[in-house]
Amino acid sequence: MDIEELIENFSFFENWEEKYQYVIDLGNKLEPLDAAYKTEEWKVKGCQSQVWLVPHFVNGCIHFAGDSDAILVRGIIAIILLIYNDKTPEEIKSIDVMKIFAKLGLEENLTPSRRNGMLSMVAKIREYADFK
Amino acid sequence: MYDVYKIRKDFPIFDVRVNGKPVAYLDTTASAQKPQAVFDAMRRVYYEFYANPHRGTYYFADAITTAYERARETVRQFINAREAREIVFTRNATESINLVAATWGLQNIHAGDEILISEAEHHANLVPWQHLCEISGAKLMVFPVADDGDYIAEEFLARLNEKTKLVAVSAMSNVLGTMFPIKEITAAAHGVGAKVLVDACQFAVHYPLDVQDVDCDFAAFSGHKIYGPTGIGVLYGKAEVLEKMPPYQFGGDMVENVTFAKTTYADIPARFEAGTPASVQAVGMAEGIKYIERIGFEDIVRHEEELIKYTNQRLVEVPKLKIIGTAKNKGGVFSFAVGNIHPQDLAFVLNKENVAIRIGHHCAQPIVNRMGYNSLARASLGLYTTKEDIDALAAALLKAEKFFREE
Repeated sequence: MDIEELIENFSFFENWEEKYQYVIDLGNKLEPLDAAYKTEEWKVKGCQSQVWLVPHFVNGCIHFAGDSDAILVRGIIAIILLIYNDKTPEEIKSIDVMKIFAKLGLEENLTPSRRNGMLSMVAKIREYADFK
Repeated sequence: MYDVYKIRKDFPIFDVRVNGKPVAYLDTTASAQKPQAVFDAMRRVYYEFYANPHRGTYYFADAITTAYERARETVRQFINAREAREIVFTRNATESINLVAATWGLQNIHAGDEILISEAEHHANLVPWQHLCEISGAKLMVFPVADDGDYIAEEFLARLNEKTKLVAVSAMSNVLGTMFPIKEITAAAHGVGAKVLVDACQFAVHYPLDVQDVDCDFAAFSGHKIYGPTGIGVLYGKAEVLEKMPPYQFGGDMVENVTFAKTTYADIPARFEAGTPASVQAVGMAEGIKYIERIGFEDIVRHEEELIKYTNQRLVEVPKLKIIGTAKNKGGVFSFAVGNIHPQDLAFVLNKENVAIRIGHHCAQPIVNRMGYNSLARASLGLYTTKEDIDALAAALLKAEKFFREE
């Protein structure tokens, strides 16, 4: 699935319950993160739940794996990874994630006042892109 | 007759509709909503006689000085202190406790001494003492609570000895709701020559505090929790203890005589109130206190105790819900977990349903961990809380439980 398909899928939902049930489903399908990575070292700071993010650098692109102990956050992570995964650092830096989340109707998850840490996660992804 | 619906009319915020619906505000433990009377009193100061207190010789300055000192007298009566000069205005309870740690603490706590706190303390009544121990070489001792969050006298007494110089304990836990027997604790502490600081932040909202009866040496609470504004707090200290304490901060208003060679300091409480005080906020806090007093603690306690029973009944209906902190003697604070659902997930659904609760470690990480969690959800009651608020909580929790139930 690419992001355009995802945006289309989200356009059919009529209420938050349907929308977030789908977010949960996406989280359930998230590629599992090896338990060995669920350590302080890979934790994203500034989240009310535990969030882990691990980059793998493959052929000039970055593949991220992530997870959270909160179900909704795991779903949002699945979407963020769909947006950013297997892209070059330049591509990563050019992505306007807020615009995509607005199209999905999920922008409330990226507001600075929402302390679910998803903004910190996006910042971390961009940091890895800079580092490369 | 306690008419909670009439009382709610005094609180403008309850007219607010979010997405067209009212909000069930169940986070009074974090901060209370404020009645119109508080806003009116503060506005009156700004509109009619605002100036810097203690400094002027004109009408406004006199009027605000009088209002500020009357606020002190209102606080004195509220906690039954002997004298108004035993009331120090601070920014909040956190500053009150830091003030004691930085003045009395540095003066009186030395290597080899012990400071004894409960396991259920808020970070504000833990970290300042930990820091004081680090710099003084004293030892921080912690007495555990029971699995249900109850106080265990034996655990406290086992750690109380002639090395104990200070016992710092909450009168009511902000996580468990447990009420600690502060009078009994104070008597035992005085028996070994230790001073006692009571964190009264939660207790003072729900029950009458009598510092003479408790006989504690210090007590701290915040204005914003007792239906007053933010930015103002109280440190109570026995006059004979405060008098021996050095200043906390230095500057204007806390001095008697200043020369380049030597400065002498003002008497208490001015010695601890350096700089322009939060005079308007002090007036606002006094108004919050008067509001409580107009309703009367007797009726507030009856109302809240009935609600506590009702909340217990309704929460039991939520599958897999576990209340954390079930001491016999507890106030209107309900920390809970629902199965394995992350509190952040719970809070998301509750927010969609306009139910305002707190999640996280509630600035008391050690006790949340001790009860076996990293994060807990917490609903808390105030004098304006209704059964409908609790119904909204129960309905939203049922919805959340169903929403996140693993098929």
